[in-house]
Amino acid sequence: MSNPVQPNEADWYEASARERIDGLLDPKSFVEFLGPEQRAVSPHLAQFDLTGAFDDGIVVGRGRLDGQEVFVAAQEGRFLGGAFGEVHGAKLVGILRAARDGANNDGPRAVLLLLDTGGVRLQEANAGELAISEIVDAVVKVRSAGIPILALVGGRAGAFGGGGIITACCSRIVVSEHARVSVSGPEVIEINKGVEEFDSRDRALVWRVCGARTRYLTGGADRYVKGSIRDFREAALALIRNAPSFDLVTLVAEQQRLMERLQRFGDCRDAPDIWRKMGLPEPERIAELDDDAFLAIRTKGADHDAR
Amino acid sequence: MEQFQVRGTTERRAGGNRDRAVIGVNASGNLEVLVERVLPDSECLVDVATAVTGFGRIWEAVIQEFLERTSPGGLKFSINDGGARPDTVTLRLLQSVRLMEDEA
Repeated sequence: MSNPVQPNEADWYEASARERIDGLLDPKSFVEFLGPEQRAVSPHLAQFDLTGAFDDGIVVGRGRLDGQEVFVAAQEGRFLGGAFGEVHGAKLVGILRAARDGANNDGPRAVLLLLDTGGVRLQEANAGELAISEIVDAVVKVRSAGIPILALVGGRAGAFGGGGIITACCSRIVVSEHARVSVSGPEVIEINKGVEEFDSRDRALVWRVCGARTRYLTGGADRYVKGSIRDFREAALALIRNAPSFDLVTLVAEQQRLMERLQRFGDCRDAPDIWRKMGLPEPERIAELDDDAFLAIRTKGADHDAR
Repeated sequence: MEQFQVRGTTERRAGGNRDRAVIGVNASGNLEVLVERVLPDSECLVDVATAVTGFGRIWEAVIQEFLERTSPGGLKFSINDGGARPDTVTLRLLQSVRLMEDEA
């Protein structure tokens, strides 16, 4: 039987972390660091009577993207919601520091973060929160060293909590329709502020607030792709070439952009109010468009910010 | 959580030349299997950690049937299980043996 589906035609959302890496990078170029056979597992989960994962839910290593050396980290969103624990976080910190240390020698051309996470693991929350801080610090240092970091988000867990913060710190962000990027997730908001503040079961509302289309149209993501692994690969290749420098000029411009955005849309109650102010056609129907029709909307806002 | 091992004797060495492979994810109703070619050709071992307790006899039966079907001599299987059904367990074990036959 021949292969009916080539790996990189597969759907990003349905793929595992390992399948995403295999389809994203050049064939057979991936070399894993601290692979599952090393059994770098969480020391905490067994205390909660939970079985672990041999890679603690994140795959890290190096490979090639169209011949260029890249470092890559992929979270497995189906294992504990892709959440950050001590080992999981340390693996990401480690690959980022390795990228920084190689910046002036034979280091990578870019770092790709395949984020798929609900945030910090409750069972090892302190270690997870510390890991988030170390990762943000390492992301900034890698970017300062002149190496772009791309966030690729399109898995079932989205990028929430510390994962949302890390995403926002990256040089460029790629999303597909399934992606959600935010800090406090819908259920967290509902638990703390009540269902009138946010009904987490209203999926249309969730996507209008933190979904990929809203993020893209308001400049919170740089590229919206249709969702195959190949689409993410092509977007990553294009964005590595035009990643912004990480300097004061870029940051001041980004601060200015965000202030203007707040001034212009700060009184909007829902996403369609923003689309109306932006002058987009049929603002109520943005969520219903298919990907091709959505991508045909030309907008200002995306692709000119600090990322 | 429950942990146990199932050992078997095998008639022949498992096919292929790969040293190790991993398949599946430890998620609800799913499991991950790590296979390593680390044992003598006449032995195999399945190491199970499962989130669900009390199904040891069913695990034993599923694994014994798998060992009889495939004779995976020399392979050690390590499982992290999130409460997969028996047919899913069989599927992942068969996939893992198949992966070991791929080119290295």
